[in-house]
Amino acid sequence: MSAVKLESETMADGVSQLQKQLVDYTASLFDEAFLDEQFNQLQQLQDENNPDFVVEVVSLFFKDSERLMDELSKALDQQTVDFKLVDKNVHQLKGSSSSIGVQRVQRACIAFRDCSEEQNVEGCLKSLQHVKHEYYLVKNKLETLFNLQKQILAAGGPLPGK
Amino acid sequence: MAAVSASPPSSSSSAAASMGLDSGDKVPHVLAVDDSFVDRKIIERLLTHSACKVTTAENAHGALELLGLADGQQNFSNTVSNVSMIITDYCMPGMTGYELLKKIKESPKVKQIPVIVVSSENIPTRIEKCLEEGAEEFLLKPLRLSDVKKLRCHLTSNAGNNSDEGLICVGR
Repeated sequence: MSAVKLESETMADGVSQLQKQLVDYTASLFDEAFLDEQFNQLQQLQDENNPDFVVEVVSLFFKDSERLMDELSKALDQQTVDFKLVDKNVHQLKGSSSSIGVQRVQRACIAFRDCSEEQNVEGCLKSLQHVKHEYYLVKNKLETLFNLQKQILAAGGPLPGK
Repeated sequence: MAAVSASPPSSSSSAAASMGLDSGDKVPHVLAVDDSFVDRKIIERLLTHSACKVTTAENAHGALELLGLADGQQNFSNTVSNVSMIITDYCMPGMTGYELLKKIKESPKVKQIPVIVVSSENIPTRIEKCLEEGAEEFLLKPLRLSDVKKLRCHLTSNAGNNSDEGLICVGR
């Protein structure tokens, strides 16, 4: 007698596969220090009354960070670099990275601050490149994570851990 | 003869109940001041998660206006009332959180409101001067749920109500 899967069972398989994918993917992001405990704190603030909190605050972070990196590019491009301005912007970027829990970006900002304190333009340019690199990496990964969450919800499943 | 025991009214709101507040108490109103969009959004959510009402300001001047304390203030239509606590970032453009703290403590109208200063930098001299100026606590960013829970004791003691819950401030 062949076992015929019900459509609902197939769908349930699909959802649990996606859930496992999400759990594994999220774990890898923590393992590789893309995300840290602060990101967990943000997830805990999300509930039925605030179902989009994490996506909203991360989107704010993306917008703000891209603005700050632009300002930094401009500031470092000047004939006479205003290191106070550079430091102010790096400080802000470091702060928001820390608040979101994107650890590698935060670390890159710390290194950047050291160069700006030494008033080392070359060093600052390299640091900015590194910050941008880490930023776009984690942006990509977070977008993948949010996409997986969307797929699970669209398939009718609850997010894992809820 | 039946003994009738008086029990405290049960709260209809589970969030309020977890705060140790019964339905007769006012919801604590916190004023949060921070120049970072991201941090404002997070502190607001941390506080609403702990059953507080929140008003945010993006700089010290904005906060003073909301409190009705800005120099030469004429328009008081946007001022907020019943502020139970103020949380302010230290590093802000224009007026710092420390300067805001001083203004608040100098004003007879609002000096009794507990002020919490937060900063991403752990600088002992900075912490000392804020505490000396009257800050209730100095917390390091990023703020967590456990930090906000700790602040609840400041809220209850200043909510001006007769709560039977005795919350003890444990450590700073």
